[in-house]
This record gives sequence, structure tokens and C-alpha cells, in this order.
Amino acid sequence: MTDAILTDTPRSVSDAQAAGRFLIIASTVLLCVWVLVPIYLLAVNTLSSPQEVSGFPKSGVPSFDFGSVQFFVSFAGVARALWNSVVVAVLTMVLSIGLGAPAGYALTRFDFPGKEAFRMLVVMTRAFPLPLLALPLAVMFIRVGLDDTALGLALVHTVLAIPFAVLITFSIFSGIPIELEEAAWTLGCNRWQAFQKVVLPLVLPGITASAVFAFTISWNEVFAAAVLTIENRTLTAFLVQNLNVSPLHLKFAGGAALVIPALIFIFAVRKYLFSMWGIANR
Amino acid sequence: MAEILIKNVAKSFGSFKALHSIDLEIADQEFMVLLGASGCGKTTLLRIVAGLETPTQGEVWIGGRRVDHLPPRERGIAMVFQNYAVFPHLTVFENIAFGLRMKKLPQADIDRRVTRTAELMHIEQLLKRYSGQLSGGQRQRVAVARALAMEPDVILMDEPLSNLDALLRLEMRAELKGVLAASKTTTIYVTHDQVEAMSLADRISVMNQGRIVQAATPVEVYRNPAARFVGSFIGNPPMNFIPAMKAGEGKWTVAGITIDGPRAGRDRLDFAIRPEDVDVAPGGLKATARVVEPLGAHTLVTTDIEGAMFRAVLDSDIRVSPGDELSLVPKPDRVRWFDPETTAAV
Amino acid sequence: MTPRFLPYALLLPATLFLLVFFLYPFVQIAVLAFSGPDGFTLQHVQTMTSHWKFGTALTNTIVLALIVVPIQLVMALSMATIVTKLRTGRSAILYIFTIPLGLSDLAAGIIWLAIFEQSGFLNSLLYGLGIIERPILFLGYQNIWVIFIAVVLAEVWRATAIVMVILVSGMGLIPKEYYEAAEVFGASPWKRFVKITLPMLRPSLQSALILRTLAAFEVFAVVIALGGTTLPVLMGETFQWQFALQDRNVASAYALVILAISVVSTLFFLRVLRVPKEARI
Repeated sequence: MTDAILTDTPRSVSDAQAAGRFLIIASTVLLCVWVLVPIYLLAVNTLSSPQEVSGFPKSGVPSFDFGSVQFFVSFAGVARALWNSVVVAVLTMVLSIGLGAPAGYALTRFDFPGKEAFRMLVVMTRAFPLPLLALPLAVMFIRVGLDDTALGLALVHTVLAIPFAVLITFSIFSGIPIELEEAAWTLGCNRWQAFQKVVLPLVLPGITASAVFAFTISWNEVFAAAVLTIENRTLTAFLVQNLNVSPLHLKFAGGAALVIPALIFIFAVRKYLFSMWGIANR
Repeated sequence: MAEILIKNVAKSFGSFKALHSIDLEIADQEFMVLLGASGCGKTTLLRIVAGLETPTQGEVWIGGRRVDHLPPRERGIAMVFQNYAVFPHLTVFENIAFGLRMKKLPQADIDRRVTRTAELMHIEQLLKRYSGQLSGGQRQRVAVARALAMEPDVILMDEPLSNLDALLRLEMRAELKGVLAASKTTTIYVTHDQVEAMSLADRISVMNQGRIVQAATPVEVYRNPAARFVGSFIGNPPMNFIPAMKAGEGKWTVAGITIDGPRAGRDRLDFAIRPEDVDVAPGGLKATARVVEPLGAHTLVTTDIEGAMFRAVLDSDIRVSPGDELSLVPKPDRVRWFDPETTAAV
Repeated sequence: MTPRFLPYALLLPATLFLLVFFLYPFVQIAVLAFSGPDGFTLQHVQTMTSHWKFGTALTNTIVLALIVVPIQLVMALSMATIVTKLRTGRSAILYIFTIPLGLSDLAAGIIWLAIFEQSGFLNSLLYGLGIIERPILFLGYQNIWVIFIAVVLAEVWRATAIVMVILVSGMGLIPKEYYEAAEVFGASPWKRFVKITLPMLRPSLQSALILRTLAAFEVFAVVIALGGTTLPVLMGETFQWQFALQDRNVASAYALVILAISVVSTLFFLRVLRVPKEARI
């Protein structure tokens, strides 16, 4: 009896392991297909002629006809919307890092009364549906002349991006040992010089990543953009407001225009995604 | 001349008193070691001298200049950190040159000083590397070279060897001693390692719970502990203590035998003796051996005297087995006495 | 500047900004929702609740969240577990899994439109397999439940990534020794998952659930892209009242409803998945 178990056990374990491996590989492949196929299908539609896009049945293979893309690019308002999206996103990026990074630094390096209150304020922003801010701000912006401007929308997007900017920069600054700054102080630097010569070069890649993240948040935002812009529509606002009137190929080319930068951005910041969420949850 | 004067310095973190009114004088070119267990305030004191921490009260003077309100960069100090703090984005050369560039020295001077200190620390072949390409010991050398290159009045070292492995620590210890002696710089060195403290220091300040218990030469600290804490903290194994009752003028009863002692106006004292200061001879303290640990040259015997633990370091020629009854005679000139209430030496 | 004031100086810009553009507007939403020409009024709330779409929009939004969030949680947990088990190609697979994270919900809606629209890929596939003879109008008002399914798929497809990222980072914080200890004590892989991973992951689960549930209540562009206004949801109605009906007071009342269910769900998750400070890693 004991013998049987002894001889049997190793084989059954390795069988189970092999089965487990197969299961893992199969589900990995399946999940990759699930993520990638829809994007592929969008690409097929984008790279087909307008006739093919509304044609039936579809082959599922792109014809590499740039008719849809050309139509989209030359469609009235598209170029302007793209430009507006970029302007708003860049403003959001600058504002959220400009405001968020000093706060992230303060949270890392200092203990002071009121620190918890500030953290609460930041955490609270995550517990509210922020795009709704656009409603009252629309009224406020008319009063101060910010209605239908890139800056006005960027301010709302900054509210969306600031909690992330604060938490991400907090985690990035936390990764720089305070001793490096202290060493710089003992070697003749004042606070600002130490920051500039030691901390800044070390955090720059991380700060860039969080800036890209802020850019993406703004680039993708739909509701506030649609509420706050009328003449100066961003790409998302433009697409939403034209959804029921625009032809299919315009929609798909527009969708692709939204997707491509986002893909690049996520690729650029992929290294930071996990570390930033690890800390942000604490 | 860079003597350091610490006057009545105290530091509280909230309600926690990290340092209680510290007074300490460190002479020019002296190597002072702050020794104590973790949390005793030694690092806080060092950081106050460095200017990285603001004292709650008191004054710090360096070279006749009051510095406690100056930022670190204006104090004429250099510091070596426990985790080295070698800047990862700069080469070894630029790390060493960092402070010199802040002083805006001419490039030729910088080159000369960097090369010289790098040679001193034997890292001249590493000057182009980054800290990520260095071993712990090499980083340590860079950190020391960076401090020396500043040619400071005072070098402050915060447990600089504690992250190195045992062998490297031994090697670096000897090297540091030589280099620092040659540089004639006043040094404050923080450590929790008593062997390190003994081997490096001109004087040791033993700290406990935010106070300096004794500041004296290594031999003095070892032979004549100013307080019971020093005796039990320094020495491995530490000092033995046995309660003693007054048996007459200058006579004390210790575990059943009578020993000559101080003519103190008290009924009770603590008798103290280092483990190596007892001989196996008739008429001594009656001890029962419990654990016998041969250590080569000596044998460490943990015994039991009237229910209390007593350690003796005996010559390894003496054969002892657990359960043996021993008679341990303390060397009269090595016996020390402590007041059981104040814990101070009598 | 003395270090004592430095942290406040550094926090001041962000604090002021959040006060002006975050707290103040939220007060304003309430003001807008309850103020009429003669001061306080419930008129706008009544207008909202008496409209026939309100009940449907509220139900749709909540049911959508109730379906989408659990699916995402289970999928993200499996993805995270798979990722930790991978020996090779881990970073490539992780990147692929996280791609949808960077996409706008509008883009996700458009992508799934390519699949579900009448001349789309689903119809093409069914036709090619000979299951149907002519394309079906999936996304019409006759088939609201198909729109609903399409929205669920698009949401699951797009936003599972963020849950996974949060969980993977959370798993990274769990010391390996716990698993090894459990294994030594004879815990099976499933037992280890239930007894170690899940409890230790609570803080991450909490933030992921809060984040995702709120986002699910805000579902908007996906629905618009796939079904226009055929499938009413709260955010879509808010938009309709603001724009098509030009009544920002009612829109604000809608906003308050979204706010209310968001706060309730946040409090719920904070309470249910509370982790005492002493029990943290």
C-alpha cells in the first residue's frame, strides 16, 4: 500500500502540473484574443474603403484602402477637434503635474498637521463622479469667460487627473531615499539645489509617466468635453455629438484616431502602471 | 581647529524625548564614537550636529562658531550615511566631485582632489562607473571619498559599516581608522557595534535612552564603567552582577563569601566582575556549571550562583562539564561596585 | 523659507484648486438642483422623477453595474492569478492585458459597434457560418436586451484591465513566505487563494471595487455609441437634459442621483471590506 503511494505520487503530481500549465497557457491565449480581436476589427474597418465599411458580409481582412481615413481627416471640423484635444490634454498634463507634484513631494518628505486632511481631500475626489462637475462649472465658466475654451475644459480634466498625479508622484518621490537629499545638503546644496541636482534627474522618467497618464485621462474624457465645448469641440466631444448623424466609416476612423495615441501612451508608461497602483492603494 | 561643543542639547519628537539635555565636548582631531542600542538617540545627536535635525533646545558649536541655526552646508561638515547615499545618476567621479562643484572650485582642483581621495580609498579604477555597478563595499568607499574630498573640519559617520558583511567590515574598519587618522579630521562616528567602537575610538560616548552615560577612552569604558548599564552593554559576554550585603566597615557579603569593598554608607551594593576576571581556586563564589561553550583559547561557562546567572571565561585547559561545582575567585583589582538605586559606580 | 511652512506652500496650489474646482462645484450641483426663481424648490426633482425615462435609466444603470462589476472582478482575479503563474513572456502578456485601460469609453463603444452593427462582424460571422440568411438589426429598439449585452461586453472588455492592474499590484505586495508557509502546512492552491490571497488583497479589492462601481454608474459614451438614446442610463439622461432639453436644473437633479448612489456604494465597500490598520501587511 505504502509502496504504491510512493511510486504513484510523483507521476500524478507532474500530471497535475502539466494539466495546470496547459490550462494557464490556454486561458492566456484566450484572454489575449479577447483583448486584441476587437482592436483588430476596428483596424480592419479603418483600413477599408467607405463602401467596404458599410458593405456586407465582411471578410475580416483589411483592404488597406485609405478612403475612410482620408474622408475622416478632411471632414469638416475633424482637424480642429484633434487640435483641441491635444491642446486640452497638454494643458491638463501641465496643470495636474504642476499642482500635483509639489503636493506629492510634500506628502513624501514632511510630517505636518493637516496632512491627513489633505489626503482625505484627494481620496474623496476618487469617490465622486467627477465628470458631473461640468454641469455647475458650465455656469461658472460663462460668468468668467471660460466657457467653450480649452482652458476651461482642461481645468475640469485637471480635477480628474490631480488625484492620480498626487498619488503617482507621491509614490515616485517615496522611491528616492531621503538620504540622497540629505547627502546633497551636507555637500553644499540648499533645498532647491538638492532637489534640482539630485531628486529631479532621478524622478524625471516617473514624472513623465504620470504626465502621460494625465494626458491620456484628458484625451479620453467624453462627458465633460461634450458639456463644456460647443465651438471648440475636442475629438471625443465631436464624435459623440455627431454619432447619430455621421456615416459608419467616419465613426470607425474617429475611433481609431482615439485609440492609437492611447495605445502608444500605455506602452510608454507600462513600467509605472503597477508600481503606481501598488502605492496608491495604501 | 575644529573642536565640537554640544551644550544642553535636547530633542523631542512629539511627546517622545529622544535626547535629554546632552553636554559633550569633542577635541580637535579626536575620533569620538557614539555607542548605544538602537533608539538610544545616537543617530539623532549626530543628525543635530549635521544640521539635518533641529534640536528642541541647546547649542552646537563647531570650531568656535555657533552652528545650530545654520543649514548643513554652512557647518563645515561632511557626512557618510548608513546606506551610503551615493547618487545613482552620477558617476563615481561626479559623486566625489559633487561637493567640490558646489563650492565652485576650478576644474583642475576638482580633478586633483577627486583623484587623490579616490587613490586614498583605492577606487581610482572605478571613477567612470555608476553606483548600480558597484558592490556594497565599493559604494562605501565612494561615500567616504566623497566626504574626504570636501576636506571638511568634521566628518560625521552614521553606522557606515553596518550594511557590509562581516569580513568586509573588518577590512574597512582598519582602513577607515588609517585614513581618518591621516586626514586629521575631527570625527563623530555612530555605531551599535561595541567592537567597532572599541577599535576605532579615541573616546566612546555610551548612550542610553537619550542620555550619555559615560564618555571616556575605550579601555576606561571597559574597565571602569561609570554605570551598571555600561558594564552590561559593553563586553561580550557582559559583566556579571551579584547583590551584596554590608558585612562590616569595607566588608561585603557576596553569595556567601566576604569580599573587601568600598566604605559606602549603604547596606546594599551590586558587586560586579567581568567574566574573564575570575580564577578557579578554592574559597571563591560557589557556582554550578550549566552550559559549557568551548571557544578555542577560552571556554565560556554559564553558571548558576544562588539562582542567578553568572558567566565565566576560563582558560580552555580547565575541564568543566555541566553540573560541576566550581569555586570562582574574583581578581581583587577588577572588582567593581555599583549603587543598586542610582546604578552609578561606587 | 523655513521647513515648517514649506509643506503648506507646496500643498497650497493643489488644495486651492480642489476647493475651487471640486468642492465648490459639488455644492453648486445641489444649488442648481433645488433652486427655482423663488428660492428652494423640488420642482426639478419632480420633473426628473415624473419623466418616464427616469425609472428605466436608474434601473438600467444599477443593473448594469451589478452585472459588469462582478464579472470584471472575477475576470481580473483570474487574469492576475494567471499573470503571476506565467514563466515566460510575462511583461508582454501584461502589456496586452492592460491595453484597454488606456482607451476611452467612447472608443470602446465604437469598437464594439464594429462588431454589433447591422453590417458588422458578428452578422458577417453568423452569415458566413450559414446560421442566418440576412443580417440582423442587433442594436435597434426592438432588441434592447442585445444593446444591453453589447454594453456589458464593451464595458467588461474595456475596464477589466484597471481592476487587474490594481489587483496585480496588490498581489505583488503579499510576501511570498505566506504562500510557502501555507504550502508547507499542506494548503492546496485553491485554499491558498481563498485563505491568503483574497484576505490579503482586501485593500486592493476595496479600491478596485469603489473605482469600478463609480465608473459603472457613470457609463455614458459606450451606451451612446452602441444604442444612442435607446437604452437610457443616468449619465445619458443628464446629458440629454443639459443639451437637448436645455434644462440644467433637471440635469443637476440627475447628477445628484448619480452622486447619491456613488456615495452609498463607496460607503458600502468601505464598510464591507474594511481592513483594520493593525491587520495590514
